Amino acid sequence: MSILFIEQLLNGLQLGVMLFLMAAGLTLVFGVMGLINLAHGSLYMIGAFAAAFTAELTGSFLLAILASIVAAAVVGMIMEVLIIRRLYNKDHLSQVLATFALILIFSEGTRMIFGSFPLYLSLPDYLSGSVILPGGIQYAFYRLVLIGVGLVVALGLYLLINRTRLGLQIQAGESDREMIAALGVNISTLYTIVFALGAALAGFSGALVGVLQSVQVGMGEPVLILAFVVIVIGGIGSIKGAFIGAILVGMTDTMGSFLIPDMFVYVFGAGAKFAGTIIASMLIYILMAIILLFKPSGLYGGKS
Amino acid sequence: MIASKYLNAGVFIVIPFVAILAYFSDEPFLITLTTKAVIFAIAGIGLNIALGYGGLISLGHAVFFGLGGYAMGILASHAQSNVPIYDGLFLIEGTKSMIIIWLVAMLVSGLFALLIGLLSLRTSGVYFIMVTLAFGEMFYYFSISWPAYGGEDGLLIYVRNNFSGLNTLDPIQFFSITFSLLAITLLFTYFLKNSFFGLVLNAIRQTPDRVETVGINLFKSRLIAFVISGMITGLAGALFADLNRFVSPTMFSWQTSGEIMVFIILGGVGRLFGPVVGACLFILLEYLLDGVSEFWHIYLGLILLFVVLIAKNGVIGSLSRRETSND
Repeated sequence: MSILFIEQLLNGLQLGVMLFLMAAGLTLVFGVMGLINLAHGSLYMIGAFAAAFTAELTGSFLLAILASIVAAAVVGMIMEVLIIRRLYNKDHLSQVLATFALILIFSEGTRMIFGSFPLYLSLPDYLSGSVILPGGIQYAFYRLVLIGVGLVVALGLYLLINRTRLGLQIQAGESDREMIAALGVNISTLYTIVFALGAALAGFSGALVGVLQSVQVGMGEPVLILAFVVIVIGGIGSIKGAFIGAILVGMTDTMGSFLIPDMFVYVFGAGAKFAGTIIASMLIYILMAIILLFKPSGLYGGKS
Repeated sequence: MIASKYLNAGVFIVIPFVAILAYFSDEPFLITLTTKAVIFAIAGIGLNIALGYGGLISLGHAVFFGLGGYAMGILASHAQSNVPIYDGLFLIEGTKSMIIIWLVAMLVSGLFALLIGLLSLRTSGVYFIMVTLAFGEMFYYFSISWPAYGGEDGLLIYVRNNFSGLNTLDPIQFFSITFSLLAITLLFTYFLKNSFFGLVLNAIRQTPDRVETVGINLFKSRLIAFVISGMITGLAGALFADLNRFVSPTMFSWQTSGEIMVFIILGGVGRLFGPVVGACLFILLEYLLDGVSEFWHIYLGLILLFVVLIAKNGVIGSLSRRETSND
């Protein structure tokens, strides 16, 4: 029981850090440019497809991961220059509709190129198998790598924003964009960089998670909506909030579907297992609703 | 440039004209297509009350569309199998009566709109968009994981429900029912828009601070608009399920929410006939483009992008004078 419990905790952490990679880009783009981007899930999908395609072509897993980052960043950059840039000064409705249109274009475009059948990304030998953790817990090595990679990226993002010149500009852009433009920062280049950075993170997580699932059209949107829940919980524009929110959502979802059905059986009898499963599937939304009741602008959100 | 009231009248006449033409040239499929456009128009009119008049960008209206659909599915499936829905302290039986189904669909949608509104209207701006989207996803997963009514596979109803004296399985008769409901919905929305409440809503969207200063409760007004909006979209959901004689979790999906929003933007946001024109255009595009390529959504995406970036006022706005004050 306790071994299984720790295993599920690790799974929750793994889901959480991967959600963070998605949520970080969304929250940065919103914080700096004030843009709500529904097509962020498409970048996740593009990363996964680029990885699956490269892996099949070259056989190298590392090249595949690299391809996912590059492809998503390049597509993100092109997308920003051609379309997203025109949306910064428009209302939220236009942003929602234009990025919804982009989802349609990216999804159908991918289906045209790769067809409707899912692709698969397989792990190289050095990442597969499982390891024995202290306490005799056997755990999939790759999932452990995901947790490590996610934490390293989170740390890197923290250092980038708090310790570099670019990070300083990003922070300044969040609080007053006219002023930093007046101070001579090329604001449109900054916006393109921030958007491409967010895109690269989304593509990266798409490829990493694509190994655990199949790579297919439409894989991005469920993750996008989870990332929205993360941002609503954490507070829009806050990287710290996105991290805390992501871990909270990852843990709640994993531990909920692990514990609640059994808990229901224990409390209400064997017939309640099914009700427990349903409640578990709704748990993160219930969590979001509770947080909205007390903190309508999220845990770390300043302005609404 | 055409005055928008002539454009509206034109659209209102063309829809039944197409259906009648299809009836006499024996094209039942075309009647069904027109009926679908009419039902989508009603769903869009519902969302337009929250979005166009109230300025509430709800990306979760699939919840109400789906609830309406499942209200129909659950009531009709119990009537079909002759098993009561609830048999305890009192008895609740299924029904095949359209009128009762519509009322239940609107009641249930209104109730959940109240609940979702109470929570999500505490937020505004992008938060509201994300929260409504998230609640939509919650209902989607709920409908998938609840096996009692078909789960992921959905629920098939063998015979269309009854409406006194009409043969509802005859396409033109079912069309007449939906078109009458569209007319009633339009009339209701027209009066709502020009009522005191409609003016308040309009004012709240444009300058919320001033309205609050006058002593009007913003939250309550928005909540009422959201509930009315949800009820109308719920009615459309029940009709849509009846048209297909089928309900499935797809009705709850985020794509459905997005599509209902697309009807509005194609026609024109905040205009009475915007969703009607948009829904007709959507069906027309689906019909025409589907013949050109199986990937018709890519063209829909491009058209949508064009409308958002260039023709901001939708079809009605581009064809008529800018006489509505809905900027």
